[in-house]
Amino acid sequence: METILQINNLTKKFGYLTAVNDLSFTIKKGNVYGILGPNGSGKSTTLGITLNVVNKTSGDFKWFNGTISTHEALKKVGAIIERPNFYPYMSAYKNLKLVCKIKGVDYSKIDEKLELVGLTERKDSNFSTYSLGMKQRLAIASALLNDPQILILDEPTNGLDPQGIHQIREIIREIASQGTTILLASHLLDEVEKVCSHVVVLRKGKKLYSGRVDEMISSNGFFELKYDDEPKLLEFLEQHASIEKTIKKEGLITAFLKTPLSASEFNKQLVENGIYISHLVMRKESLEEQFLQLTDNN
Amino acid sequence: MLRLLNIEFIKLWNNKASKVLILAYFILLSSIALISAIKFDFGVFKFHLADQGIFNFPYIWHFNTFVAGLMKFFLLIVIVSMVANEYSNKTIKQNLIDGLSKKEWILSKVYTVIVFAFISTIFVFIISLVLGLIFSSYTEANIIFSDLEYLIAFFIKLFGFFCLGLFSGMLIKRSAFAIGAIIVYFAFEFISYWVFKGFYRDTDIVDQVYQFLPFKALWNLIDEPGSRLGAVKELASVAGQDLSYDYAVHWYEIAIVLGWSALFIFFSYRLLLKRDL
Repeated sequence: METILQINNLTKKFGYLTAVNDLSFTIKKGNVYGILGPNGSGKSTTLGITLNVVNKTSGDFKWFNGTISTHEALKKVGAIIERPNFYPYMSAYKNLKLVCKIKGVDYSKIDEKLELVGLTERKDSNFSTYSLGMKQRLAIASALLNDPQILILDEPTNGLDPQGIHQIREIIREIASQGTTILLASHLLDEVEKVCSHVVVLRKGKKLYSGRVDEMISSNGFFELKYDDEPKLLEFLEQHASIEKTIKKEGLITAFLKTPLSASEFNKQLVENGIYISHLVMRKESLEEQFLQLTDNN
Repeated sequence: MLRLLNIEFIKLWNNKASKVLILAYFILLSSIALISAIKFDFGVFKFHLADQGIFNFPYIWHFNTFVAGLMKFFLLIVIVSMVANEYSNKTIKQNLIDGLSKKEWILSKVYTVIVFAFISTIFVFIISLVLGLIFSSYTEANIIFSDLEYLIAFFIKLFGFFCLGLFSGMLIKRSAFAIGAIIVYFAFEFISYWVFKGFYRDTDIVDQVYQFLPFKALWNLIDEPGSRLGAVKELASVAGQDLSYDYAVHWYEIAIVLGWSALFIFFSYRLLLKRDL
């Protein structure tokens, strides 16, 4: 697969504070990536460096295999960072015209993209009159003007109301479905879980994990069980070769798996041992649980 | 280059405040023509400024560029705010993210400054030419087109002054404070000049040093033209003073201002390179 962005050993120090620490990862074409981390974990700084607005301390990054200069590469990238930045005294249409000039794109794209984000009716209003949700949507339209190879979004739903969040997510999903590579930085786990296929987890500027969302923890999942004769069940679980540990909570017994085991096979084994349980659910940890586990352990 | 100018033009022309200031500036420039209308009539004593020879070629080039040079402050506000607003709106960040290189960004501002200075020069040239053709006592081509170096000096003067504005806007990032800083610096240079002048009355050491400072260098480009006027000279000779001095445009005066301009542009660029936005 084609590499869009490669980051090697990137480090950024603000005085004594190391915001990004020896970070490396690669963005390949066609995936939806999430950069996940608590506030202040270096997400925006990393994006800022690759977008030519923050100076790196050491390390390097390459756009499109390093074949073109950063600012030329950025013409093929669409990005919005933190909050939408436009000229407040200009209308949406004129602001986008300016972006077209910078990126070298034809004006005909403007109406198409404004339609996509649902701002056609307000295109002649000044940017300063827009609500935050509209500003954010205009920023997305602006980032899409050049039909970018990759769309970079930094906290795109930050500060929006539920409706606004929903609108933005719908737009992101639609763009992703068209095969555009997306890099989404967020501290909202469900957002990343809903949208992304790959994830990079950061904490204090260090990479904790990078890879597919569903492989984030090499866990085989767990069973939630309920049985009247608890001691008997616990005894069985303790002797079971595939069960790593059990936890009792809220009337349910949670049994974590060491090796893969299907729910039907497990049920069969229980019946063979004369245990007829009243509740059996097989689950995997949610991203939130995985994330907390990752950031706690390190 | 045209692309960068076009980008800057969109930014400026859609900003009401900039548009008004730019228009006000050019209207004020044209109002030089109104000086010709200054007439005093005290019965016996009639005074018509236009008849005093201020519109005579080639003196008019000197006089008009000097007067027009006093109005450059209006454009300074436009230039400082066009830089500082990019910081306060954070649009400088967005411009770079959208794919403008830092060099292009600075160049787009420098080109705009050059265009402002150039248009002003053309403007002053046309107004002076028209006024001169109406009022001048001499209208031979070789006299009309002599002393045109004042126009070059005018262009350099505006360019240098605007580069100072550019740098100040880049450094301070807030229009009001950036303009304030320029004024404070001007006051500092002006007052300290006269204080030192007082101390070293008998030598020209102060002028020797101060010709290298930005505001004095800009001032030196086009010397004050009043004392060149016939009427003023006569008055002075009656009072027993000799006011004649060297009012020509010198190459080293141009070089000093261009040197400052280059420094201002260079440090603006360095600021942009070094800063995390």
